Amino acid sequence: MTVTQQEDMAKVLDAFCPMHLQLDATGHICHVGPTLQKLRPETPFVGLRFMEVFELRRPRSVSSMDELLKSAFVKLHMRFRDGPQTALNGVLAPLPEGQGAVVNLSFGISLVDAVRDYALTGTDFAATDLAIEMLYLVEAKSAAMEASRKLNMRLQGAMIAAEEQAYTDTLTGLKNRRALDHVLQRLITTNSDFALMNIDLDYFKAVNDTLGHAAGDYVLQKVARIMVEETRSEDTVARVGGDEFVIIFDGLTDRKKLAAVAQRIIAKLEQPMPFGEQICNISASCGTALSESYETLDAAQIQADADLALYASKNAGRARHSFFTPKMRPASKSSFTSPPPQMINPAADRLVERRSR
Amino acid sequence: MHGLINRTIQCFAQDTYGEAAWLNAMEVTGLGFAEFEAMLSYDEETPQLVLSALSGLLDVPQDTILEDIGTYLVSHENSEAVRRLLRFGGVNFLEFLHSLDDLPDRTRLAVADLKLPKLELREHAIDRFSLSVTGAVSGFAAVLVGVLRAMADDYGVLVFLERLPNRGGAEIIEIQVIETAFAAGRGFDLGARAG
Repeated sequence: MTVTQQEDMAKVLDAFCPMHLQLDATGHICHVGPTLQKLRPETPFVGLRFMEVFELRRPRSVSSMDELLKSAFVKLHMRFRDGPQTALNGVLAPLPEGQGAVVNLSFGISLVDAVRDYALTGTDFAATDLAIEMLYLVEAKSAAMEASRKLNMRLQGAMIAAEEQAYTDTLTGLKNRRALDHVLQRLITTNSDFALMNIDLDYFKAVNDTLGHAAGDYVLQKVARIMVEETRSEDTVARVGGDEFVIIFDGLTDRKKLAAVAQRIIAKLEQPMPFGEQICNISASCGTALSESYETLDAAQIQADADLALYASKNAGRARHSFFTPKMRPASKSSFTSPPPQMINPAADRLVERRSR
Repeated sequence: MHGLINRTIQCFAQDTYGEAAWLNAMEVTGLGFAEFEAMLSYDEETPQLVLSALSGLLDVPQDTILEDIGTYLVSHENSEAVRRLLRFGGVNFLEFLHSLDDLPDRTRLAVADLKLPKLELREHAIDRFSLSVTGAVSGFAAVLVGVLRAMADDYGVLVFLERLPNRGGAEIIEIQVIETAFAAGRGFDLGARAG
């Protein structure tokens, strides 16, 4: 090639491939595209050996110009020997008659970092290069992903709150019936020992009727606090109706201890609760069934039996605690069918109170 | 309508007129909420509801609000990401103008379900253009006038913009480039990222 021919070709290649290099027959750089030169403004590339400037990562065994020429037309992976060691992709095409070669380079996936490291602009890329489109996409997608990520985080927060709410009695902050069923089922499937205590407030209807709902709500919140205080963190305290509560004692089936807890709760509940000018007086009846009393445990059965124990407490004059015994089944049935007039009928009592809430 | 559009109106109103004005406007719409999610979908008529409410409450014509939204998108610090994405369209203002034809497709690459009206730039002379905007909803041309004015500023170019009467269902913007090196403009650092 004549010098003019060479200069003409360089001009064309500078426009099409601003990151190309021309090598002479000995592997020395004889021309550099403007963008490639911009990456090392202090280093005059012309005159340096190609292998001096770049470290070939793949194929690896190349060290001479002859070997380099053998790697013509395959994808070359290389990086600068000095820092920043930007990774570059390249391809080499030999010139005819052993006149050397042209190597074109590109950033590949390191584009985003390279543009930042070298403060490149749109004009540093060939007009046909997709680099700018790639940068646009990276940025647009990051913005869209960020918006989606924020939405996801808000939705996740809302979901956790909703789940929490679905298992919480909003007035007292205790667990609700759903949560209770869930815990009960878990304990039954894992064959755990536990005690199920039903607690009904006594005289709560009177508080509600005479002092109003605000007083009633206040009392329920106070009751909830007492029950939480008197139980362990692993126990489940749930409000399952207007003035009906259930406590599941996980792993606790010691009758003495359970009776003591029930007594403490009743005693605390019986302490007068001042509400404004008024004093609220309530009590509670409790009935407990133990998981160990069953050969095959059934959630409905143990709850019904705890209820029978509870009715036994009510029938015995309220403000007390009873454990379920199989004897209660026919006995409590008869008290339901024809309750003696002096006896409290718990079912009716509860119905009225529930309606009043 | 895509949440991004509603969200844009919200951010603009909050940053421009204040939180109270925004809440009042949303109260008027009767939508029952005051916070749009950028990545959710809303009813087609939602933006119109919100714009009517804002326009009525603030006693500002809707077209003015729409133009201001366009300007806001490019020049407000809270929407720097949009300015950057638009600047990818060209290294100078004229190149940017020509990139507008691709804007709906570029947008779709980033957010697949965000559909913008069809844009078509006609070159009448080296410094005179018209941009036709064809879409299901009107009002987009007003936003674009704001965008173009702010982008001209960004490139440091002096332009004269005028909206012409609709032609064949398209909104038309006439663009006259008066001075291409009018001011320094704002820089565009390819490698920087909007926060």
